[in-house]
Amino acid sequence: MLFKTRTFDEAANVLTITDLTVRLAGNPAAKPILDGISLQIREGETVCLVGESGSGKSVTSLAVMGLLPKGALEVAGGRIDLEGRNLLEFSPQAMRDMRASKISMIFQEPMTALNPVMRVGAQIEEVLDTHAKLPAREKKARVLDIMNQVHLPDVERIYRSYPHQLSGGQRQRIMIAMALILEPKLLIADEPTTALDVTTQQQILSLIAELQEKHGTAVLFITHDMGVVAEIADTVHVMQLGKLVEHAPVEELLRRPREDYTRRLLKSVPSLTPRAARPVPEGAPVISVDGLQKIYGSHGVFRKTKETLAASEVSFAIPKGRTLGIVGESGSGKSTVARCVMRLIDPTDGSIRVAEKEIAKLSRRELRPFRRHIQIVFQDPFRSLNPRWTVGRSLIEGPLNLGTDKDAAMARARELMKLVGLPDDAVDRYPHQFSGGQRQRIAIARAIAMEPDVLVADEAVSALDVSVQAQVLELLDELQAKLGIAILFITHDLRVAAQICDEVVVMQHGRVVEHDAAEKVLADPKHPYTRALIEAAPGRAWDFANFRELRTA
Amino acid sequence: MLGYILRRILAVIPVMIIVAVFVFLLLRLTPGDPAAIIAGDMATPAQLERIRTSLGLSEPLHIQFVTWVGLLLQGDLGTSLISNTPVTTMIGQRIWPTINIAVMTILLSVAIAVPMGVLAAWRHRTWADYAVMSFSVLGFSIPVFVIGYIFIQVFSIELRWLPVQGYAAPSDDFGRFLARAILPCLTLATIYVALIARMTRASMLEVLGEDYIRTARAKGVAERIVLFRHALRNAAVPIMTIIGTGFALLIGGVVVTESVFNIPGIGRLTVDAILARDYPVIQAMILLTSGLYVFINLLIDLSYTLFDPRIRY
Amino acid sequence: MQADPQPASRMQWLFGAIALPAGWRLGAGPIVAALVLVVIVASALLAPLIVPHDPMTMDAVQRLKGPSEMYPLGTDAYGRDVLSRVVTGGRISLLIGIGAAVVSVLIGLLIGLVSGFFRTADAIIMRIMDSLMAIPSILLAIALVALNGPSIWSVMAAITIPEIPRVVRLVRSVVLSAREEPYVEAAIALGSSMPKILWQHLMPNTLAPLTVQGTYICASAILTEAILSFLGAGVSTEIPTWGNIMAEGRVYFQLKPSLIFWPGLMLSLCILSINLLGDTARDVLDPRLKKREA
Repeated sequence: MLFKTRTFDEAANVLTITDLTVRLAGNPAAKPILDGISLQIREGETVCLVGESGSGKSVTSLAVMGLLPKGALEVAGGRIDLEGRNLLEFSPQAMRDMRASKISMIFQEPMTALNPVMRVGAQIEEVLDTHAKLPAREKKARVLDIMNQVHLPDVERIYRSYPHQLSGGQRQRIMIAMALILEPKLLIADEPTTALDVTTQQQILSLIAELQEKHGTAVLFITHDMGVVAEIADTVHVMQLGKLVEHAPVEELLRRPREDYTRRLLKSVPSLTPRAARPVPEGAPVISVDGLQKIYGSHGVFRKTKETLAASEVSFAIPKGRTLGIVGESGSGKSTVARCVMRLIDPTDGSIRVAEKEIAKLSRRELRPFRRHIQIVFQDPFRSLNPRWTVGRSLIEGPLNLGTDKDAAMARARELMKLVGLPDDAVDRYPHQFSGGQRQRIAIARAIAMEPDVLVADEAVSALDVSVQAQVLELLDELQAKLGIAILFITHDLRVAAQICDEVVVMQHGRVVEHDAAEKVLADPKHPYTRALIEAAPGRAWDFANFRELRTA
Repeated sequence: MLGYILRRILAVIPVMIIVAVFVFLLLRLTPGDPAAIIAGDMATPAQLERIRTSLGLSEPLHIQFVTWVGLLLQGDLGTSLISNTPVTTMIGQRIWPTINIAVMTILLSVAIAVPMGVLAAWRHRTWADYAVMSFSVLGFSIPVFVIGYIFIQVFSIELRWLPVQGYAAPSDDFGRFLARAILPCLTLATIYVALIARMTRASMLEVLGEDYIRTARAKGVAERIVLFRHALRNAAVPIMTIIGTGFALLIGGVVVTESVFNIPGIGRLTVDAILARDYPVIQAMILLTSGLYVFINLLIDLSYTLFDPRIRY
Repeated sequence: MQADPQPASRMQWLFGAIALPAGWRLGAGPIVAALVLVVIVASALLAPLIVPHDPMTMDAVQRLKGPSEMYPLGTDAYGRDVLSRVVTGGRISLLIGIGAAVVSVLIGLLIGLVSGFFRTADAIIMRIMDSLMAIPSILLAIALVALNGPSIWSVMAAITIPEIPRVVRLVRSVVLSAREEPYVEAAIALGSSMPKILWQHLMPNTLAPLTVQGTYICASAILTEAILSFLGAGVSTEIPTWGNIMAEGRVYFQLKPSLIFWPGLMLSLCILSINLLGDTARDVLDPRLKKREA
C-alpha cells in the first residue's frame, strides 16, 4: 500500500478553522498574511499543510496555539474551533490551560527548542506541574513512562541530562514526549524533521505515527517536503501566499492535482531516478583528489587532547564538464572535503591537483594565483554576498584581483547577470533587494566570473524552496553545458544528487563508503549505509513530477 | 569542570603581572625626574633625595622592579611620603567604611536593577519600558557628585530627614550607620542600577526571542515562570558580566562619593594622596583596586558554571 | 522578498546598504536631544563673542551674588559671572569629550583589526587589554594626570587610554564574527589578499558599532573630566571647565548650591543628549535589534 487510505467521514471534528485572517498588527491596509483559511482536522487524522516559504503555514499553526508574536501579527477575523469552542474568544489564562493539555506543538529546531539550562526531565515535568497536580513520585513515573514511549534509551540517565548532551533526534523525542504526555487531542508539528538527517527523520516520522495510532491524536503536520507528505498524510492542504490553494486526500492530490500551483510544486520535486548517463569526455581530469585527510585536534594545557577524524582517505577525480556528488548526513565530512579542496581549511594529508597543479601544500600567498581555477558557491544565499556591496562590486572583486581592467570587468559582470537570468542593471543594486534564489544566481555568477575549471557547490540549493531549487539546478546544468565546468556537488539530498550528478561518492563518519556512477549507486547500492540512506528517503516509491508510481526501467 | 576553574584561576596571573608592570612603569617612564614630579616645584634638593631613596629611584630599572615586586609579594606596599606610615596600615585603618558602603550598594543595585530590566523587556515598547530606559539614560548622564549634592540638598537640607555628611561604624551604632550610609549608597547605586538594568533588559529581550521561550509558552506555562525560571537564568551570564565590569565604575564612584559625604574610607585616602602627590599611596590604591576587580571578575566567571551547564570544558 | 529596484547612491558606500526599518521614524526624544546639543555646541564655539562678561575677570565687590539683571546666574566666590563661565567652560569639556572619542576609536580600531585577524598578536594584545581594563579608569586617569601635570592634553590622554581596551574588544568581536561569514570565505576563494579583506570586507562592519560606541565614549569622557576636576586631578584650575567650576563651588555648597547645579545641569543635559543620540544610532544601525523587532 502506497498511501494511507483511511476515511474519516465518521470521525468527529477536532479542529475547525473557518475563514481565518491574520494581518500585520496595526496595519489594516497591508495585504493579509493569512487570507481566509478554512480547514478541518478529524480524530486520528493527519493533515499535512504544505507550501513554500512565506506561504503562511507556520503562522497558521501559531494562530491555533495563540502564540502569534505580540505586537507583530494579529488575528483579524474568522474562528478557530477546538471541540466546538472558539479558541479566539478564550482569555489568556484559559488559552494557557488548553496548551499541552488539549493542543500541543513541536517545532523545527530541536537544537534551540529546549531550554539549554534545564535538565530535560524537569522540562517534561513542567508540563505536569502546570496542568496536573501530582505527587512527586507519580510525576516522575509518568515522565519516565512517556520517555520510554518515545523510545529513548537509558531514560534514567537522559532524565537528568541537559539538552546539549543529547543528539538532535533525541531532543526531538523529548519534544514529542513533552507534547504528548497529557494526551492532547491535537498535535501540531511544524517541520519537525526538517533539521534532522534522513535516517533520523524516518524514525521520528514513524514514532509520531505510532503514538498517534496509540492515542488517537489528530495531527496537523506542516512541511515543505512532498516526500514526507506522501509518507504520512491522510489529507493534504496546499498553501500559497497566505491562501489555501487546494485540498484533497493524499493519493487524489498526488495523482490528480487540480490547481496549476500544485502541479508546478509537484513537478519541481526532483526524481530519485538518476539522470541519463553522459559519456566521459576525453582528457585528464581537471581536479583530482588523492588520499585527502583532515584531522581536527584540540590542544591545551588542561584540555584533553582529542583528535577528530573529519575526513580520511578521500580520493576522486572529475573530468571537464562532469559533475561529481558527495552525499552524506551531517558529520559525514562532506563539507570538510569541500573546504579542504577550496583550501579554506588546510588538509592534514593528501594531494589536491587542480588544473595540473598540486595545491594541497601551497601557502596562502602562493595559492592566490591558482584560486581562479576553482570557485565555490555556499549554502546560505543571505550570507554569501557582502550586504554592504553592490552586486556589481561583488562580481568584479575576483577579476580585479586577476588584474582585469575595472570597466571591462563591469561590462562582463553585466553579461554574467544575463547569463544567470537576471536583468543586467542588477549590478547596481544591493543583495537585500533580491530573493534567495536570485542571490544564489548572483553567487554563481560571481564564481563563474573567474572562469574556473571547477565549481564547488556546497549544499548550494539546500536552503531554497523546491521550485527555486529546480531552477537553480537547471541553471547549473546549462552553465556546465555552455562552459564545460567540472562541478563538485556537496549535498545531503539524494533526490538532488540524482538530478545533477554523473558520479556519486557516499560518505559516512569521514570515510568514503561507496563511489560509483550515479545510476549504480542509486539503483543498485552496494554498501548497507547507502541502502539505508535510500530506504529512508521519504516518498521514494512515487514519481511526483509525473503524478504516478515510480517505474523502474 | 575542575579544568575550567583551574584555567580561569591561572589566567589571572598574567593579567596581574601586566597590571603590576603598568603600575611600576607609570612613575618611572614619565618624562622628567619622577622625584621632582612628586615633590612639586618648591622642593629642596634634600627633599628630592629623600624621595629618591624612599622609592629606590637611583637604582637601575630592572633592579628597582625586582626589589619592588619582592616587597609586594611580602605584602609591603611601601611607606607614605607624607605621614611616613606603611601604606598597608593606612589602608587597614580606612577600608571598612568603604567595604560596608560598597557591599550595601551592590546588593541594593542588583535588587532594584534586575527586576527593572526584566519588567522593561517583558513590557517591551510600553510606558514601563520607556520609564526604565529613561531612568537608565539619566543615571548615565549625571555626574555622581551632582547626584550626591542633589540628595544632600533635598533630603538633608530641605527635608532634614538625614544628616548631611559623616560616617558611623555599623558595629558601634547600626541606626547611625544606616542614616549616614543611605544617601551615599543611593548616590553610588544610581549609575550601577542604570548599567545593570540596561543590560538585563537587553539580555532578556534577546532571550525572550529564543525558540525555547516559545516552547515554554506552548506548554501553557504561566508568564511569571517563563520570565523568571526560563528567561532570566538564560540571560544571567551577560548580567553577571556587567555586574563584574561595572565594579570598576563603582570604584570610581566610591572615590567621589566619599569626598562628597566626607566618609573616612579608602576613597578619601586616595583623593588626599592625589592632592599631596603621595605616590606610594596612589600606586598601592591602583594595585589594590585592580586586584579586587580581577578577583571579583574571577568569582563571577566561576559563577557562570552555576547558571549554564554548557560551560564545562 | 524583492524590494523595489533602486540604484545605489554613492553615500551608501561607507555604511553600505543600511535599510531603515519599515515605518521607522524618529521620535521626539532624539530630535530634542539633537537641538539641545546644537545649542550647547554652538554657544560653546561662539562663547567669546556672546558671553556678557569676561569669564576670568574677578570682582571682589560682587562675590557670591544671587541672580540679577547684570549677572543672570549670579557670581562665584571671586565675583566672576557664572553664566559666562558655564558657557565658556563647555569649550574645554566638549573638546576633551570629542577628542577622547575620536582618538580612542581610531587607536582601538587599528589594534582591534590586528587583534581580530592575526591569532598570534591576538593573545598578547588581549592580555594587555584585559590588564588595562582591570585598572579602574578613574584611578588610572588620576595617576596619569598627577604625574604628567594638569594640562588639557594630559587630561585628554588620561581619559582616552582607559577607553581604548573597550574599543579594541568591540572591534575584535565584530571582526571575529564577520570573518566566519561566507562572503569573507568567498573573497578568500576569489584570491583577495588578507589586508584587502580586512579593510574592505571586515572593517566596514565595525563602523556602525563604533559610531555608537564613539558617542558613548564622548559622553563618558565629559563626565570623567568633570570628576577629575572635582577631585583636583583635572585641567589646571585657572581654565574654566564644567568640572572646575563645580569643584570650586564645592566649598560654598551649603551657602550657594547653584554654583554646582548650573554647570551640573549644562553638563547633564549635554551628556543626556549625546547618550540619547547614541541610543538612537544603535537602534537604527544594529542589525540584530532590527531583526529581532522585524
